[in-house]
Amino acid sequence: MSNAANIHGAEVITTHEVHHDEHHVHHHKETFITKYVFSQDHKMIAKQFLITGIIWAILGGLMSVLFRLQLGYPDQTFPWLEDILGHWAKGGKIQPEFYYALVTMHGTVLVFFVLTAGLSGTFANFLIPLQIGARDMASPFLNMLSYWFFWMASIVMLSSLFIQTGPASGGWTSYPPLSALGGASEGSKSGMDLWITSMALFVVSSLLGGLNYISTVLNLRTKGMSMTRIPLTIWALFFTAVLGVLSFPVLLSGFILLLFDRHAGTSFYLSDIYLASGQALPNEGGSAILYQHLFWFLGHPEVYIILLPAMGMVSEILSTNSRKPIFGYMAMIGSLFAIAILAFLVWAHHMFVTGLNPFLGSVFVLLTLLIAVPSAIKVFNWLTTLWRGNIRFTPAMLFAIGFVSLFISGGLTGIWLGNSSLDIHLHDTYFVVAHFHIVMGVASFFGMFAGIYHWFPKLYGRYLNNTMAYIHFWVTMVGAYLIFWPMHYEGLAGMPRRYLDYSNWVSFNQFGDLNKFISIVAMIVFAVQLLFVFNFFYSIFKGRKVTTQNPWGSNTLEWTTPIRPGHGNWPGEIPEVHRWAYDYGKDGRDFIPQTEPIGANESAH
Amino acid sequence: MSVTTIFIIAILLLGFLITFQIAKASEYVGVLKGEKKTIEQNNKVNAFLLIVFLVGGLIGVYWCNELFKGRILGEAASDHGEKIDKMLYITIVITGFVFFLTQILLFWFAFKYQYSEKRKALYLPHNNKLELIWTVVPAIFLTVLVGFGLFYWFKITGDAPKDSMVVEITGKQFNWLYRYPGKDGVFGKKYYKNISDKDDNSLGLIWEDVPALNLKADKAAQDDIVSDQKMMLVVNKPVKLIIGSRDVVHDVGLVHFRMKMDAVPGTPTTMWFTPRFTTKEMKEKTNNPDFVYEISCDQMCGKGHYSMRGIIDVVTQAEFDAWMISQKPKYQTAVLDKMQKPVTDTVKTAAAVQTGNVVAKK
Repeated sequence: MSNAANIHGAEVITTHEVHHDEHHVHHHKETFITKYVFSQDHKMIAKQFLITGIIWAILGGLMSVLFRLQLGYPDQTFPWLEDILGHWAKGGKIQPEFYYALVTMHGTVLVFFVLTAGLSGTFANFLIPLQIGARDMASPFLNMLSYWFFWMASIVMLSSLFIQTGPASGGWTSYPPLSALGGASEGSKSGMDLWITSMALFVVSSLLGGLNYISTVLNLRTKGMSMTRIPLTIWALFFTAVLGVLSFPVLLSGFILLLFDRHAGTSFYLSDIYLASGQALPNEGGSAILYQHLFWFLGHPEVYIILLPAMGMVSEILSTNSRKPIFGYMAMIGSLFAIAILAFLVWAHHMFVTGLNPFLGSVFVLLTLLIAVPSAIKVFNWLTTLWRGNIRFTPAMLFAIGFVSLFISGGLTGIWLGNSSLDIHLHDTYFVVAHFHIVMGVASFFGMFAGIYHWFPKLYGRYLNNTMAYIHFWVTMVGAYLIFWPMHYEGLAGMPRRYLDYSNWVSFNQFGDLNKFISIVAMIVFAVQLLFVFNFFYSIFKGRKVTTQNPWGSNTLEWTTPIRPGHGNWPGEIPEVHRWAYDYGKDGRDFIPQTEPIGANESAH
Repeated sequence: MSVTTIFIIAILLLGFLITFQIAKASEYVGVLKGEKKTIEQNNKVNAFLLIVFLVGGLIGVYWCNELFKGRILGEAASDHGEKIDKMLYITIVITGFVFFLTQILLFWFAFKYQYSEKRKALYLPHNNKLELIWTVVPAIFLTVLVGFGLFYWFKITGDAPKDSMVVEITGKQFNWLYRYPGKDGVFGKKYYKNISDKDDNSLGLIWEDVPALNLKADKAAQDDIVSDQKMMLVVNKPVKLIIGSRDVVHDVGLVHFRMKMDAVPGTPTTMWFTPRFTTKEMKEKTNNPDFVYEISCDQMCGKGHYSMRGIIDVVTQAEFDAWMISQKPKYQTAVLDKMQKPVTDTVKTAAAVQTGNVVAKK
């Protein structure tokens, strides 16, 4: 933890010139198509990502409501389900194939389309140029392509829901041989091809976006905006992009091999298989475990791709609303960096019970539990940021506090699962479901909500309705714990995940009433998310108008732009930066924006 | 759609509408009262709710534990399970302490330092000593956890004792197949292309020469016992499982023994443990006359995944021996019995199999 005073006080060297720009006021004609559809303005692209993400979140959430219906009421039928879903819910009962399609799609959609594209895509696009002082991304055109590849991925994935044999149903991880053989599962027929195609398009989108974010952060910072002055949001989004660029290609390679195994007769993952239909496959010598290595080499960094942007935004929001600098700025960057590095070295902790060499397993235990150290630093730094602050509970701030609480709860159970001896018992049980939903699912959603509530005034020039926001927060916060906390107990009892009915099991049927309870809470929480969606769209058009340029009293550059910035962000010159982003409460002043030069009598920190 | 469905939807919509109206009205009231006052009021309410959430949450955690601690399987039924349970308690103490500490601090700070006109936020950008403390202290605790964890991990994954009994378990969509080596104590060779469910050779054992696949008969296969009913184990005797799969990845999950291992097609895996209680003893311990040791498939394997259930019966050595004697080699029931009908003397046939006469005669 180096002394931040040296860095902020003395640094005047900048990496490049300010753009004394000619193109800052855009006079080129904007049609509906160029402004709202094929827009190259990072702010519009951010909104496109956000709204597409919201639509996917509703669909993904709805899927969870459907399978929670089955889990909560395995012995009942719901005739209206057949009305909506046809043969997938024959007799009003969700069919096993459809149940597995639902959980698969729920996972895929929420992990990739909502919490990767919807979260990173939105906030990296929106905040990077605005907070580092750039007119747009390094390549606005690639940025536009990034969204439209995501859009195509979305369309392909959506279309797979409507085919005869149904969408992919081998779990979001799509382990072969199950995902490779149409004879082993209905969902592994055309549904799987569409899934792979969609994911390949998604990887392209993610790479185009990621490369753009990295080059923008490195090259387009305004004068005075050294790397140690950029807000933590940008650091987090930067590491996120690096993780994505390095790991998504590996995932794609895994998918391509899977595609070959499916259609070209290769045996990368297939060996010694005799299908129940009475057919021995010719493939020999492949390794099903190889896919798992390739998958989790992305799969684990993916967890941090989802989590880091939330961490960055939460740091920013906690500091702004505590009216205090973020505690340990350099330590926060250091821990982000450590997490990013370790993210690549822990993938096999998903594979402790695959027959992995126990010695290799022990190395992964060590590296996995090492992540707890930077995570602990972050938590204690957030707590100290709150300590002796003067806290305003805006909806964004509440979600940020909720994020910290969930990150603690879910992070600590990671210490259980990362320890291989405990993982033997807990692997693939509801304990895992509880763990990753809290730490990665709900926590990242909280980060995303915090971001939306905090930057909505900048996104749309209006406020979201506060009352609905507070209802949204409290129901979601209480609901998240009510849903996922008791699941730990189901997991301790060894209750396996991905079962649609436990009533025939002597060891797991003791939780019937609990499953019902969880299902009811899940439906209530889902309904409240719809309230948020309503608030979101209503407020875009009818929300209370923002009248001040800097409604939260924030230091960062996005609040120096006009209330509704045009393409190019600043009408005049891009402002120069003279200090870090966290001078809150310094020298008796509530806040000192980054654009203000260091005063003659200003104290060092 | 039924009337109730429409009714529920109507209620939901009405609920939305009312919430929306209240939310809208409170926004107008806020404007009338003045922004500053509204913010201050909201702040007080939310700060109070945060502390209510903390207290309610802590009570909830306690209550949830009281409710469910009796339903989480009880005593571990294997020696490895005991180690895992011990590891569980060490971990729960350390992470539990951190959980309560940090959650209480989080909500308490939020409540205590809520906005007040009189308060000035402290300008505290960093403190190297503090940061060093919360880097080093977690690192020490984690070292302890890694140490214990790996100590148990290597004990559990280490080699099985030499006197272990060996049982092969193979997963298929959607049930389990069990194989015992028979009298010779050796598992005979098998080949997946030789599998034939209709000929009752579910594992592809090479009982006879198969010229089409260029396979030579393996006598050791002829006395192997194959069953899809249940696995019999002997109490207090180490058992090593050889785990395989016929089609997709499955997983042998043994909740009461706290053990788990994937079944991967083409790559056999193993695990070993020692059962501590017979099924009968467990029935008494759990006060559940229906108790059985269940094998659950713990790796997504297709539409029947949720019903892929196997059963283990742990018995005494005497009971096991008696059961073993009653078992016929699969080769006999699948091939010989059908060939030499009418079968009059099964004992003689079994003896013939063991000496390999049948194959020699052919």
